Amino acid sequence: MTTLLSLRDVWVEYGDKVVLERVDLDIEQGSFVSVVGPSGAGKSTFLRLVLGQEGPTRGQILLDGIPLTAECHPDRGVVFQRYSVFPHLTAVQNVAFGLECDQSLLLGKLFGRAKRDALARATEMLAAVGLEHNLDVYPAQMSGGMQQRLAIAQALIKHPRVLLLDEPFGALDPGIRNDMHTLVTRLWREHGLTIIMVTHDIKEAFKLGTRVLAFDKRRIDPHAPNRFGATAVYDVPVTKKTQAEAIAADLAGGAAA
Amino acid sequence: MRVVNIKPRPGARFLIGLVPIVVILIVYAILSAARLEANPNDRVLPTFSAMGQAVAQFATQTDPRTGQITAWSDTIASLYRLGIGVIIATFATLLIGIALGVVPLVRAALGPLVAIIAVIPPIAILPILFIAMGLGEASKIALIALGIAPFMIRDLAAHVAGLPVEQMIKAQTLGANSWQLTLRVALPQALPRLIDSLRLSMGPAWVFLISAEAIASDVGLGYRIFLVRRYLAMDIILPYVAWISLLAIATDALLLLISRKAFPWAHGGTL
Repeated sequence: MTTLLSLRDVWVEYGDKVVLERVDLDIEQGSFVSVVGPSGAGKSTFLRLVLGQEGPTRGQILLDGIPLTAECHPDRGVVFQRYSVFPHLTAVQNVAFGLECDQSLLLGKLFGRAKRDALARATEMLAAVGLEHNLDVYPAQMSGGMQQRLAIAQALIKHPRVLLLDEPFGALDPGIRNDMHTLVTRLWREHGLTIIMVTHDIKEAFKLGTRVLAFDKRRIDPHAPNRFGATAVYDVPVTKKTQAEAIAADLAGGAAA
Repeated sequence: MRVVNIKPRPGARFLIGLVPIVVILIVYAILSAARLEANPNDRVLPTFSAMGQAVAQFATQTDPRTGQITAWSDTIASLYRLGIGVIIATFATLLIGIALGVVPLVRAALGPLVAIIAVIPPIAILPILFIAMGLGEASKIALIALGIAPFMIRDLAAHVAGLPVEQMIKAQTLGANSWQLTLRVALPQALPRLIDSLRLSMGPAWVFLISAEAIASDVGLGYRIFLVRRYLAMDIILPYVAWISLLAIATDALLLLISRKAFPWAHGGTL
């Protein structure tokens, strides 16, 4: 396995407040990294760093050995918990958006044959996430699960090097969440994706991930709670056995429910 | 049952809404009859038939001095001024409002200026407009445009700036540059809001139109009302006010229809 993403001694500080300190990580191509941790432990900051939404105060983030600039780029796709899709575009238009931006710099919109090609590719991608019967529906008419499927299809059409998921299933009910787990696992295998997923659900983290990172503060000064930042305190590779256990536990839980 | 839980059905709601209007008309008729009984030459509360006659004369007969039908030429002149003023304000809002909302640099540069202009009472600058642009159409159109644009610009800029940051980030991860982001994400979501704020601004736009016409004009709905006021011609003023209200209601309905047809997603509709 080759290293895709590296963080070298990364710090994030907002004024006096240290959010992340000394984060040193190598993330391998094809891995599925789950990030867990309590609220305020810098999980989302970590994701924003990799996404390029903000830059580190100190340290370096390398993608394929090249330092990242603090700006979003199509090589890192993202699915947020909410607001990931455009409400004014239908499902197929939402997915075709990424293709249209590529091919039409001036208008961001394709016409004629190029448009038909883009829509055909978007339709294919929607079929891959199980939305082939909802091509011309606006997001407002979709359920939460369908909107997240759409957001995933929208991100995947750009073939990102890394797919970032920010609590993607946090707002879904348990049954739908299970369907989404199956979908994400299948897409991860079929497309050879590298995924970093932030979640609150530890069971979900172990069920899906090949590696689980737990963010928390190593040191706490009770008189200055913001003096020290969080870092990856646990870095657990999920072997087949534990994954099998997680799936077994999940099946048992499902059977009990 | 609690009063707050009584919800009239659509048919009943229409009838209930009609009641106060009918009551006002009846009260007017009674008061009018009482005054005219005391003084047959009273002009303050004319009967409905007197108003009808005056309207018929204004709306069908040509004025020998101008050679035109008065009500018709007044309406055309006013709607022309209102239309051009509103169109200028709308395009200015689209341009400036979206730029303010999307680009932080533009917000830093122009935000304070727009905020200052927005607090100036537009009528206070009417003399400046008259001096600078003369007493013709330009100053009236400018008053309408300057009167409503600052509110609309601030409203649209706030709406665009308030679009979820997730959407902007997502668009960038899908390869959109600043221009594509503006054109494909901000603009389409700004348009229904622009129509909403235009609907709210139509009231002030009429106020500015009628003020400008009252002060310096020789044709127009506002001009006519203020002209016939000298003769206490309530039989003309009241129908003119009703006609202006009707035009305002029709404009509002038209804007709502355009928004529903053009942006079904903003009204919970389907493609």
